[in-house]
Amino acid sequence: MNLSRKWLNEFVEINAGDREFAEAMTLSGSKVELTHDMGEEISNVVVGRILSMERHENSDHMWVCQLDVGQSEPVQIVTGAWNIHVGDLVPVALHKSTLPGGKKIEKGKLRGVLSNGMLCSLKELGLDERDFPYGVITAAALLGDYHPIDPDKPSIPEEIELGHKIFGSVVAAGAGEVKSLGDGRWSVALVWAEDGSPVGTTVETECQNIHSMDLVAFNTKTRTICTLADLHAEQREFPNCIPDGIFVLQEDCKPGDDIRTVTGLDDHVVEFEITPNRPDCLSVIGLAREAAATFDKPCRFHTPEVKGGGEGVLPELLDVETPDPELCPRYTARMVRNVKIGPSPKWMRERLRAMGVRPINNIVDITNYVMLEYGQPMHAFDYRYVNGGKIIVRRAAEGEQLTTLDGKEHTLTANHLVIADEGRAVGLAGIMGGLNSEIVADTADVVFESACFDGTCIRKGALALGMRTEASAKFEKGLDPMNTLPAVNRACELVELLGAGQVVDGVIDILNYVPQPTRLKVEPDKINALLGTDVSENVMYTILQKVGFTTTKERGVVEVPSWRGDVKEMADLAEEVARFYGYNNIPTTLMRGQTTLGGYSQEQRLEQKLGAVCRSCGYDEIITYSFISPTWYDKIGWEAGHPGRKSFKILNPLGEDTSIMRTTTLPSMLDILARNYNYRNKDVRLYELGRIYLPGGEDGLAVESKMLTLGAYGEGFDFYDLKGAVEAILKDIRAEDIHFEGPDGEYLPCAAYHPGRLASVWADSNCVGVLGQIHPNVAKNFGVDGELYCAELDFDHLMKAQGAGAEYVPLPRFPSVTRDIAVVCDEAVTVGALEKAIRKGAKGLLKEAALFDIYRGKGIDEGKKSVAFNLVLRADDRSLTSEEADEDVKAILEALEKDCGAKLR
Amino acid sequence: MKEQLAKIEREALEAITSAGDPAALDELRVKYLGKKGELTAVLKQMGKLSAEERPAMGALANEVRSVLEETIELTAQKLAAAALEARLKAEAIDVTVPGKAVKQGHKHPMYIALDEIKDIFVGMGFTVLDGPEVELAELNFDRLNAEEGHPSRDWSDTFYFDEDSRVMLRSQTSPMQVRAMDTRQLPIRIIAPGRVYRKDEVDATHSPMFHQVEGMVIDKHVTMADLKGTLNLLAEQLFGKGTVTRFRPHHFPFTEPSCEMDVQCHKCGGTGCPTCKGEGWIELLGAGMIHPNVLRMAGIDPEEWSGWAFGMGLERTAMRRFKIADLRLIFENDVRFLEQF
Repeated sequence: MNLSRKWLNEFVEINAGDREFAEAMTLSGSKVELTHDMGEEISNVVVGRILSMERHENSDHMWVCQLDVGQSEPVQIVTGAWNIHVGDLVPVALHKSTLPGGKKIEKGKLRGVLSNGMLCSLKELGLDERDFPYGVITAAALLGDYHPIDPDKPSIPEEIELGHKIFGSVVAAGAGEVKSLGDGRWSVALVWAEDGSPVGTTVETECQNIHSMDLVAFNTKTRTICTLADLHAEQREFPNCIPDGIFVLQEDCKPGDDIRTVTGLDDHVVEFEITPNRPDCLSVIGLAREAAATFDKPCRFHTPEVKGGGEGVLPELLDVETPDPELCPRYTARMVRNVKIGPSPKWMRERLRAMGVRPINNIVDITNYVMLEYGQPMHAFDYRYVNGGKIIVRRAAEGEQLTTLDGKEHTLTANHLVIADEGRAVGLAGIMGGLNSEIVADTADVVFESACFDGTCIRKGALALGMRTEASAKFEKGLDPMNTLPAVNRACELVELLGAGQVVDGVIDILNYVPQPTRLKVEPDKINALLGTDVSENVMYTILQKVGFTTTKERGVVEVPSWRGDVKEMADLAEEVARFYGYNNIPTTLMRGQTTLGGYSQEQRLEQKLGAVCRSCGYDEIITYSFISPTWYDKIGWEAGHPGRKSFKILNPLGEDTSIMRTTTLPSMLDILARNYNYRNKDVRLYELGRIYLPGGEDGLAVESKMLTLGAYGEGFDFYDLKGAVEAILKDIRAEDIHFEGPDGEYLPCAAYHPGRLASVWADSNCVGVLGQIHPNVAKNFGVDGELYCAELDFDHLMKAQGAGAEYVPLPRFPSVTRDIAVVCDEAVTVGALEKAIRKGAKGLLKEAALFDIYRGKGIDEGKKSVAFNLVLRADDRSLTSEEADEDVKAILEALEKDCGAKLR
Repeated sequence: MKEQLAKIEREALEAITSAGDPAALDELRVKYLGKKGELTAVLKQMGKLSAEERPAMGALANEVRSVLEETIELTAQKLAAAALEARLKAEAIDVTVPGKAVKQGHKHPMYIALDEIKDIFVGMGFTVLDGPEVELAELNFDRLNAEEGHPSRDWSDTFYFDEDSRVMLRSQTSPMQVRAMDTRQLPIRIIAPGRVYRKDEVDATHSPMFHQVEGMVIDKHVTMADLKGTLNLLAEQLFGKGTVTRFRPHHFPFTEPSCEMDVQCHKCGGTGCPTCKGEGWIELLGAGMIHPNVLRMAGIDPEEWSGWAFGMGLERTAMRRFKIADLRLIFENDVRFLEQF
């Protein structure tokens, strides 16, 4: 919501500077986003009167002007524009001035002649013709400026002279005296020859570029001076006769006046962020109320007065029906006859422009003006297209067609509310008018509609058509039905003020609801108890009265103003009190009351622990999106019927890429690994503790399980590096009986992994997850041609695998005996199987069996390998003898041979 | 004999003090003090002395022995010290050669910020809750007083899983307020961090998925002054002692009165600069007193109990804390970014 400070000051005079104003309004609840000084970029630009004009001696198109700019001496300025005349008032950018767009003007020489600045066009001031409709420039085709397209075949001969015929009734005529008629029209004395004898006349023209001595094309039949269009000429044939030039002011001003004041650019516009509970603040009056309360100033609101007297009797001219009363709590309308469509006055255009609304014509501008001032959307439509003089506010028929003012055609449903006559819809209620009843140049009779529609109906209707308009945005928040009447009267008052037509007496006002003002009990104790303040009852009443609450006969009860639909109970009153008492004046206290035991849950502690161990292993934490593309399931090699493909699907995703809730974290990890790989980051190790979302939860929700995902790549990084990290994690949480099973083990097939470099991770009989090298095809799908490694560990299973807390085991009191053994076995026998056999064979003295070498090659047969272990044997109650140890080792070797066919090397 | 002893002492001391290494010193020890050493040889002549002379000579001989022994010991120490010094000198290394790399993992900056916040509240007796992201619209909206028609319920703003707009991706962590009210005993002090989702295209300040932390207290006699006190404490812990805050009125359907808390811009100190977009303040979080309707819907009597709640965006907090200019970096997970924290 934009607010013009000038407009605001009409209702409440506030002299605070921009910063102070913004701060105070923000702290009382109307957040100021920014303040825009409309003339900020313009400096040292003043009104100048042209005293004289001389043609530039070194140029065929420039003028050297002397101007009175309110200083003791005239200033000289050179210009290339042709639409100015002696006596004109024009904007002058003096030496060392600035213009919009950061343009700086300084004095300088133009083809050898000193110019002390620049004369400005509308555009150069940041304005356009909508701001100043009279600024439109019409150019006559001046024959002296003619440049033939083909020099060999000019359509106007170079030696053309006064009186020569150009074509048909068009002759070359010389301009004599040129006089301004003041309203943008000019009288030009013309001379030409007919049958060898001179003829003269004086004509009126809108063309602004004619000066004495110019040769013009004159149509003797229509008695008009020809424009380029009249001659069917192209612009390049008359390069200087252009519809652009200096902005010749028709304002009440004098030389030396600041151009910002003259053009209304001296306003400051404040941009507010208005919260949806306060639609009343989407208006100048609403913000004026807030500003008045904030700065403790009186408001000057006025009740519109309409003289009326327009021809006819309103009930005979217009009849309104509301067959769906719940969708239209109130419908108010008035009529204006003998409308004269034209531009609205400067003050109105200025205000509209300041608020960011484009001026169009007086009637449309009035509706916009009232919407901005009162916050009440208005619509004006052409009475002649309301067949039967009957307005029906009804639901649209299924499939009903309507073309709106923006030229778009819509097919409607019964959820839309339309304004219709007996035969057809003429507007989309609360959203936009229909093209078929648009106000046009020859509109004679106008109906002003000021209604209150059901917010939800308007919101849904606008949303369904994808056309949220300023009006619908207001309606959807729920407007004050008491506002429709003052608004329509204000519109009619403005019609009379602008002389834009005659208002018919009377108002059509259909009320489909019973106005019931909200009454609330003011309970100062409760308000203070909620706020933690000690505000006196008097202060509370003063504050409430400032914002429009009125006292009632009943003691302690106030009536809520009709525009404050958001105030419903004590807490709402407390907010009003707090806003103007000052949020920052509320004391700050620390919590009292019962002490609660805070802390982290078991799960949260495990999360922290897992993160810490991952980082200690050198893994960096990542965060990835929970939603993924369904194509990622293809990329990780999941076949069409894979059960994991059953995912929560977002019906309105931002895009396919973020359209389903992941049931696996693997592709998210691969995506990030691939991104780092593409960035040529070396030795990357990542982890994420993130959720997956599986169908089948309570209430139709998801089962949201957490997964600890590890991913890595790098020079020399292999399966065992990752396995080491997984082991470290499991050891850190004191999991028992940690073991890994190879590809033949028991787990779901994992198509994403290298079939020979994949293991399931176990803690006792609990499968915690998988780890392995990513299948080269899958890696390739993510754009990586190197080896990627990932582990996926299920958080809930890790939780289960967590071992008991640490308990001290006495340190060994007797020395241990170590023995190294190397056995030769078939290549297919795994180290895991050998370890198992060792443990099985040991007779209770074995404390540790650590692999230290695997050897293939010289001395070992093809298809065999030598595996070496370091065995630690110890008894807790005595020193072992060599014989005792040997006996155990012997048993171990026997088991190795029996179970694995492994022989001592 | 006396002269003999004096001579031995003189010669021995000279030899010992000029010994160059431990081996030479050892030789001297044997030469003078050994069983066949010179001093021993002299002592062997003791028998030839008279009984009167013996004690005096014996004492003198012992004195010489102890002087020699002491000198040998001192010299040995000196030699050892010199040897050690020489060794240490030889062992000197170039300390500017880089250390052997220890690869350390890094916590994601967003979680660094979150963990700080968690610790602050846990210290104040809050419990940390976790809740579903795929959530019922009933809990995300209705139970939070955002009635049918509230703009945030639009399909243009929120992600839905069914045509009836029943199941959605939570757009805020606030449904955790309702879940806490429904499942926990009063009084309640909880925070609930987590992922939330809104239909915003990705840019430097927006992401369709981001993180919030919700906080809530329900107790008897809880006031807005308590809310301010607690949040000021949070701001001081996050941004340092003396951090200046301000509270502005705002609107949320589930709190009344509602506010937003700003922190004075750390860059300009409140005068206005590009960091704070000229405002002098940076918005940190939204908060307010729990709306009586929300309490009522949870079966809590607002006449007896009151409470406050707040919600803050974590990415923005982390970005401010670490001066990260672009939100996309948070989710890009480039290790060159991650390893800065």
